[in-house]
Amino acid sequence: MTAITPEVVAAHQLTPDEYGRIVAILGREPSYTELGIFSVMWSEHCSYKSSRLHLKKLPTRGKRVLQGPGENAGIIDVGNGYAVAFKIESHNHPSFIEPFQGAATGVGGILRDIFTMGARPIAVLDALRFGPIEHPETGARNARILEGVVSGVAHYGNCFGVPTVGGECVFEESYAGNPLVNVFALGVIEHGKVFYGKAEGPGNPVIYVGAKTGRDGIHGASMASAEFTEESQQKRPNVQVGDPFMEKLLLEACLEAMQTGAIVGIQDMGAAGLTSSSCEMSGRAGTGLEIDMQYVPQRETGMTPYEILLSESQERMLLVAEKGREDEVFQVFHKWGLDAVTIGVVTDTGHMVVKDCGVVVADIPSRELANEAPLYDRPHTKPLRNVPMEAPAFQSSDLNADLDTLLTSGDLCSKAWIFQQYDWSVRTNTTLGPGADAAIVRIKETDSSVAISLDGNGRYCYLDPREGTKLIVAECCRNLSTVGALPVATTNNLNFGNPERPEIMAQIVESIEGMADACSFFDVPVTGGNVSLYNETLGDAIFPTPVVGIVGLLQTAQPISAAFRHPGRAVILLGGLGKCDGIHFGGTQYAKYIIQSLWGLPPELDMDLEKRVQSAMRAVAEEGLAESAHDLSDGGLAVGLAECSFGNRIGARIDLDGGDQRSEFLLFGEAPSRILVSTAHPEGVAEIAAKFGVEALRIGVTIEGELVIRNRDKVLIDRPVAALRERWASALESSLHSRM
Amino acid sequence: MPHSLLHWKFPMKVGVVVFPGSNCDHDAFHAVSHNLGHKSEYIWHDSEQLGNVDAVILPGGFSYGDYLRCGAIARFSPVMKAVKRFAADGGLVLGICNGFQVLCESGMLPGALLRNAGLKFLCKPVEISVETTDSPFTHTAKKGQVLTIPIAHGEGNYYADDETIAQLEAEDRIALRYVTPCNGSVKNIAGILNRERNVLGMMPHPERAADPLMGSTDGQIILSSLVNALTAK
Repeated sequence: MTAITPEVVAAHQLTPDEYGRIVAILGREPSYTELGIFSVMWSEHCSYKSSRLHLKKLPTRGKRVLQGPGENAGIIDVGNGYAVAFKIESHNHPSFIEPFQGAATGVGGILRDIFTMGARPIAVLDALRFGPIEHPETGARNARILEGVVSGVAHYGNCFGVPTVGGECVFEESYAGNPLVNVFALGVIEHGKVFYGKAEGPGNPVIYVGAKTGRDGIHGASMASAEFTEESQQKRPNVQVGDPFMEKLLLEACLEAMQTGAIVGIQDMGAAGLTSSSCEMSGRAGTGLEIDMQYVPQRETGMTPYEILLSESQERMLLVAEKGREDEVFQVFHKWGLDAVTIGVVTDTGHMVVKDCGVVVADIPSRELANEAPLYDRPHTKPLRNVPMEAPAFQSSDLNADLDTLLTSGDLCSKAWIFQQYDWSVRTNTTLGPGADAAIVRIKETDSSVAISLDGNGRYCYLDPREGTKLIVAECCRNLSTVGALPVATTNNLNFGNPERPEIMAQIVESIEGMADACSFFDVPVTGGNVSLYNETLGDAIFPTPVVGIVGLLQTAQPISAAFRHPGRAVILLGGLGKCDGIHFGGTQYAKYIIQSLWGLPPELDMDLEKRVQSAMRAVAEEGLAESAHDLSDGGLAVGLAECSFGNRIGARIDLDGGDQRSEFLLFGEAPSRILVSTAHPEGVAEIAAKFGVEALRIGVTIEGELVIRNRDKVLIDRPVAALRERWASALESSLHSRM
Repeated sequence: MPHSLLHWKFPMKVGVVVFPGSNCDHDAFHAVSHNLGHKSEYIWHDSEQLGNVDAVILPGGFSYGDYLRCGAIARFSPVMKAVKRFAADGGLVLGICNGFQVLCESGMLPGALLRNAGLKFLCKPVEISVETTDSPFTHTAKKGQVLTIPIAHGEGNYYADDETIAQLEAEDRIALRYVTPCNGSVKNIAGILNRERNVLGMMPHPERAADPLMGSTDGQIILSSLVNALTAK
């Protein structure tokens, strides 16, 4: 028996205070196995001990919300008796250590969160962040991580049979030692057929289903709750190995078993494996559990209870069935060739009792284990920020060349090389696929579709976490409105550094408060999400990177895409030219790639104007007046116009009246609340815009093959679309090839 | 008019085989029943009977995980015995993507599907040309007609030795070719027929191009050729 020394406690990443609390709960010293259980359940990853206090500030209620935070996924009503379950989750740390499996199991984990509720997954999106490929020192490694992560997502999602329909991919030096892999999944479910992770009914059998347990992933949750050091690289065995075929079997078997009516509650074994699923299931139901490790299917010999409990082997579920109806459940799982074994029973003791061949190895009150996890009000000061407020002196020497550079930059170039590796059309629901402002997936059972967008912006949030986070919520809603969808609910992934540093904690607090403001204002309540802290390597934190995934609803119909469709159409800038000055230019893509600097503040957001622009856009879409629509964000007006030109090689001749505004600001400023619309009915669009008090600035006309932008007769941009498009399309692949 | 409103006086029944790792089975089912207005029915992989079906689709997916070689395990499944008998009796069999791989592994079609030349999974709409209209799967198309249908595969690089290719060409059994090379296939082959012309294997997914909302309905030409051929029987 391993003795519990202060060193052992520290190795489990528990503080002396936390250890004292454990002793108080148990009324005695914990056993080694019990210490392991507490350490994962009270890890940052599982307990949200640093963020919980602030997460309470987020709005969670709304008229479409059927299930808010606290369950495996949030659920919203989509009408016709159907609902969608969705959530986002990170797999940042594992993806750095082992990119392919780290990303693959990230997809596997979030898919299980969806189908454990009874929903069939119909869409995945991923928000990826890496170090820059062109970086002289870290570039080769960054490219390797990108390749591995993308293949991992593709491998898992493609085999499982869920389309990966969109997402984002951003490059920034601060992610070189700490890439971000945030995966979103959404599934469809009928009202009244939702399953919860509750171990109800004392006497009911506890059944283990799916893959066998191995030694992989032991302490993965604790690893995700610490900073990276040089030794973390040695933690490769902590990363699990995914088997998407097994997950596919598990999906079909679970959905079929749910139909029998014999299942009382079900939960996937994700982070902290069997420990968290059993504790949480009994904790939620207010019951107890008694399980014996000898019955757990194992793929390695000689595993200790400690290892079995803490293993994060993938593709496993824990379920509680109605007593006497076990056989109905077994039959389904055996049909799909899966293990299904009774490993214990629900009790009324309120204790989680773990035995090994009848000998008690852990006995913990489950409510206390779940509910009395430490909660920290960590000190927070001013958000970390080491950049000036004032702009450096700059002057473009060639605006055409600047546009070329931006369109071939990591953040703005075409991501086709990535998304062509994802099967994005399986299930024949994807009406608008990757590369669009938002993805649209129809729900065959109804006449409605869901639109989904993921958005984050580490630069904006580094300059001002509060305003930056409001901006990403606004942009995400704008993306949805641009395709004609009404934004209805949010899931979030909060990626930050070490919360024990007050200047990082300040980023977290301000970002959450900004999100709370914006999500309330745009009426997109938060139904769940994930917090990933300690994203630091050797003391360097990532940019604060909250990522939001917002789901919108629309009628199923031919989608509105960004591409100009016909020459001779009016180009309208809904929302007008927007404001920009030196200070608010510092977080733009132009500042990043052309001036290679960061300063000032993110663009100014007027939430009221934003809301009106979005309402106007949705009305324009509903009336069928928009032939194309594209929101302006990264890279501003010039980049937005170029992107509209690429789909059908139809460009535009644009005449601005920007007065004596600097050309850089006019072309590349990133003022929000702007949407580019091409239309055969400019008066109709103007009429709707006027109704919402929104400017509908008619800036030009679509033309074949060229993009020309003038300000009061002065030509700023004049480029053939084909030339712009070619470099934009091939940039990512060429820069990756230069690294291989 | 929406195809879901079609009501055939004598609807055909198309069996869709379900291997545990099939993931385009629902899509094939939906295309046949909803987009074409005929009937479809699932056939479980361990069944040695196909039931009373007029044609069989082997859908896309990862049959038994395909960690070994795509379709290498599926060829031994009970249902494939039944599919072979069905084809030997002249029944129409359409293998799509993984279904094509299974047909090659089973020896029902010659050649093999190797990893894509670019070594990456590739999902995108591609143009394919109809090389022969002398088949129940292509008879309603025009020779040389270009169809836009998505591909989604990691191992779609068709290979056969020179002799086999020469034979396929001589016997007019190359049904579909990619207009632009995309995965390294010999002679841009996207789909081939067996000698009796009642079995077609193709990598592109016609069931994903059967609904106007999916951006192309060209896949309906393949699927409706198939059901028309049945109706004419």
